[in-house]
Order: sequence, then structure tokens, then C-alpha cells
Amino acid sequence: MDMMIFGASANTVSGNALWRTLLLSFFAFMLFIISAGTVGAQTQRLDITEGQIAPIPVAIAEFTGPDGLPSEVGRQISQIISDDLVSSGLFSAVDSAAFIKPPESPSIRPNFSNWSPLGAKGLLVGSAFLDADGLLQIEFVLWDIVSQRNITEGGGSANQSGIRRIAHQIADFVYQEFTGDSPYFDTQVVYVSESGPRDRRVKRLAIMDQDGFNHKFLTSGLDLVLTPRFSPTAHEVAYLNYFNDEPNVYLLDIASGRTERLGSFPGMTFAPRFDPDGNKLIMSLAQDGRTDIFQMDLRTQSLTQLTRSASIDTSPSFAPDGSRVVFNSDRGGSQQLYVMDANGKNVKRISFRKGRYATPVWSPRGDIIAFTKMFKGEFFIGVMNVDGSGERLLARGFLVEAPTWAPNGRVLMYFKQEPVSNDGQGGETYLYRVDITGFNERRVSTPADASDPAWSPLLQ
Amino acid sequence: MIKRLLPLFAASLLLAACETASTSSSDGASEVQSSSATAAASSSSTAATEAATSSSEAPSARTIAENQLASVGNTVLFGFDSASLTDAAQATLNRQAAFMQASPTLRVVIGGHADERGTREYNLALGERRAAATRDYLVAKGVNAARVRIISYGKERPVAVGSNDVSWAKNRRAVTALN
Repeated sequence: MDMMIFGASANTVSGNALWRTLLLSFFAFMLFIISAGTVGAQTQRLDITEGQIAPIPVAIAEFTGPDGLPSEVGRQISQIISDDLVSSGLFSAVDSAAFIKPPESPSIRPNFSNWSPLGAKGLLVGSAFLDADGLLQIEFVLWDIVSQRNITEGGGSANQSGIRRIAHQIADFVYQEFTGDSPYFDTQVVYVSESGPRDRRVKRLAIMDQDGFNHKFLTSGLDLVLTPRFSPTAHEVAYLNYFNDEPNVYLLDIASGRTERLGSFPGMTFAPRFDPDGNKLIMSLAQDGRTDIFQMDLRTQSLTQLTRSASIDTSPSFAPDGSRVVFNSDRGGSQQLYVMDANGKNVKRISFRKGRYATPVWSPRGDIIAFTKMFKGEFFIGVMNVDGSGERLLARGFLVEAPTWAPNGRVLMYFKQEPVSNDGQGGETYLYRVDITGFNERRVSTPADASDPAWSPLLQ
Repeated sequence: MIKRLLPLFAASLLLAACETASTSSSDGASEVQSSSATAAASSSSTAATEAATSSSEAPSARTIAENQLASVGNTVLFGFDSASLTDAAQATLNRQAAFMQASPTLRVVIGGHADERGTREYNLALGERRAAATRDYLVAKGVNAARVRIISYGKERPVAVGSNDVSWAKNRRAVTALN
């Protein structure tokens, strides 16, 4: 509890703050603008860097309609915001049944003496209704109950397909204000949906919001597909496709559904990841029993070889500044993690503890690397510093694999597969996520078995 | 290095049309693999194979050739995280090489596989390494490299689905099938 220092500011900035307008999002047929302003910068924030955190209690009022009563869409939006915040493990929602009647509109100042006894540190109030044209009109104010200050406020409009995204963006504002961290709720996940018998698994690319809603399949399942990865704009996905029984890296444009094979090379290309600018892919090419790491210029589709050894060098991942690459290699006799400069020079091994190490992924913050570890018949998801020190294991199981970072570098998603019996029973394969403190492991809801998740950047 | 193998790649493109059939048949064929390691490529099997290739893909003749490949042994097994060919694997590949040389127009595809106890991408590379080791052995025994295509399935196509040592040993394999 002592980490939950919040709202101790003596700053008395007026609540009538000027709004700083942020252009956040364009929908297909509808401009959506949400504005938000932060009043003062004195709010002391939660320290969420280490250890288990007691969640911050926040009250999220049901957003009201023009009549001052909760509207149907307002209830839906409040629920999405609440679910987002609670799912992070860093917030608890003050039971809405215990609510004092919230203000009838976000322009009315709450009676704070009613709210502070509930233990809530923050109060989110808002209005949300569909106007005569069927467009969502929304406003919100986030109050600091302790200092009785308006922390953030904003508003906007959207067509109805944008309702969930607006709610995620408001949740992002609340998250950001109370944690001081960049948020991750307005994001998507692309992954591989699995079905069918174990020896002839049908795998399809699928995409969904980070909370599991708006689920869509991106491929038909006719061809085996694996390991999708988002481009930095989240508009494209690079993945491995067995079309024509020729495994090769493909690029899928999500909006149009257009898919393109990236180059024709003897051997198999696989394990793609984008560079931070989105102009290049780094991937493996396997040929004649050797697997090396190559970089592809996406404009010319030409390859530059980065590693050159008889070993298996694969699963490369760029540092967020693009200067270095982490990958796994069996060049030392067993599968271990190595870091090299982006030009392939200065290769250094970084994993030295017992076990085999795989699938390294550089954190978006740049300071740590997530990985899969195999040791004594078990699989683990862990993180280590870039120099290999400070290893911490966050999840374990019969098979856990393929960590992917939330864009703020605080949460990892991965998949977990249960053992299969000889007659093919069992083998449940689901997505999970866990905080980098190792707490708050949660299953991510998917319509079928799921593997190979990739978390998008914050949507634009 | 990339340019060198281009002819092989072109050959595999031409044959893409029959790949679906060969993939599904390889699974069925591997089930009978253990039943007979007896027959080396005999003269009768050679005749049947030539019939298969000369009569423009008569399905029954192709089936005969597949059965012959199964009877010489279409599958070799590997140790954990290894692509080394054991004595037993080499004996099987000697028979495969004899079969290939007795049926000089046949083309094959070797599928490399791994058990589920590794990560997906590494296992794709490991499967490729196993398929390549298998191909290289056949080539060393006189089979023209242009007649052999390789593909890796990593851990995506197990032949035994149980999560146990017996199944994993069966899944660490390279399977030769008609292309």
C-alpha cells in the first residue's frame, strides 16, 4: 500500500482547464476526435516497477445520456473501461452498486465528501449517447478524489463501430494518468487460431482487440500459417505461409486482405520481424541444413546476410532503436541467446544459466529481453537484462512459448499448451498474459485454441 | 550460394501440382514403415515404377511406387535435437538410394520433422537440417540432387500425437515421399 502514493498535490489549478486537442483516430467513414487535457503535473504517481502492487481503487460511473441518467451505450462504455483497467492488475473497480449517485453530467463537479469514504482514489464520469445521426457523442472527466482536482478530460465522437475503441482510449488516459506509464488498451493482437486433429492441425491467422473482442479470421485455413508479426503501423502482418507446400515469409495487408510472397529463394524463409521503421524485415533462411539470419529491404526484396555459420540462427528481434538484434543460435552446442549489431558484427552470447533459450524479443522500452526457456522438461517465459543479467522467470508450464510485448513493455502475452494423450485428447492451447512483475497471469479469451500471439503497437 | 540452387527450386515449382497428394500419402505410408524393412528394390518393383512414370501418372501405378518406397522404409528417425544419421537410418537410406537408382525418373520430397519439445522456429530449422542430412546422404549414394526436394514441417505434423517420449521419438523424423 505504501506504493500507492497518489494525489498529494497542493497545486490548486482551476478545473476549467484549456483542452489540449489530440487527434487520435480516424475510422473508415468517420472522423473521431478525442481531446484531453492534463491539469497540472504535480500528481504523485504509483511506482509500478517492482513487486506486487495493491491495485488502485477507481470508481467508474456509468456514462450518462442527455437526461442525466445512465444511457445504454454509456453503461457499455463504462464496462469496457472498467474491464480494461482491472485486467491490468493495477486497478480495482469500486463496486458500482455502492455508488453515490454520480453527477448527471461531466460538467458538474462531484460532491467529493460522498466519494472519499468509498476508498476510491479516482472517479471517472462521463456522458455518452447516440445523436440523431446515430453517432456516438462522448465526454469524460477524470477526477482525483483526494486532491479534488480534475486530472484529465476529453471528448469526441465516433460511428458505432468505433465505440469500443473510444472506450479503450479513455481507459488508456486513466491508465496513463495514474501509472505514469504509456498505455496499451487501444491495441490489437494477431495470432494463430488452431482447430482439428493434432496430426493435421488447421491453422488460421486471426486478429482481435487486446480484450478479445472484434475477432476476425484473416486466412481461410487451407494453407498452414505460423508466426504472424505486426508492422510498426499495425497495418501489415508478416507471417510464414505454406502456400503450395513452399514455406515462405508473406506480407498481409490487413485492411485489403491482400497477401504477397516476399521474394523467391532456394530454401525456406521464416521467423520474420520488422525493424522499428517498418522498412526492413529480419528473418531466417534455411538452406542445406544451415539456418542463417538475413535482412530484407522491403522495397527491393533484396536480402543481406547477417550471420554466417553452420548452426541454426533464428528468431531474430530488433532493439527498439534498430541498432542491435537479439537471436537464438545453437552455435555453442545448445540453443542460447546472442546479441549482435544490426550489421551482424560483434556477436555476443548473453544467456549463461542452465537450460536452452529461445524466441528472444526485445522490450519496446529497450531495457530487457523476453524469452522462452527449456529446462528439465519444463518450459518457461522469462525476461533478462540486455547483457544477460537479472534473469526472472514469469510463467511456466508443460509448454509455454512465444512471448510478445504490449507496446508499453509492461505486459507479456504468450501461449500455453497442455500435454496431449496418445489418443489426441487434451492439448488445450490458449493465450495468456502476465505482468512483467510475474503477477496477474490471465487467460486471453479466444473462440478456439490459439498460439503464436503478436501484440500490436498502439493503434493510430 | 543463393543462385546455386536455383535449378532445384525451379524443378520444385513445376512439380507443385502433385504436392497435395504426396503430402497426404506420406502420412499413410509411414504407418507401414515398420512392417517391412525386407525388400530392397527388386526388378519387379523397378518395372512397376517405370510403369508409374511412363503411363502419365496412372494413380494405381503411383500407389504401387509409394508402397515400394514404404516397403524399403520411407522414414528415418533422429535423436533429440540431432540431425545425425544413425546406423539404422543409414541402412534405410541405402535402400532408398537403391530404389531411386532403380527408378531413375522418380522424384521425391523429403519432409523433415521435429518433436514438440522445442520452440516453433528453431524446430522449423531443425526439420530442415534433418531433411537436408537425409537428402545429402542419398546424393552421396549417387542419387541426382535435382530429383530430391526437401521441406521442413518443424513440429507442425506429428505422426504420433501423445506428449510422451515414445511419441516424441517417432516424430523426430525425415519422411521420403514421391514428389
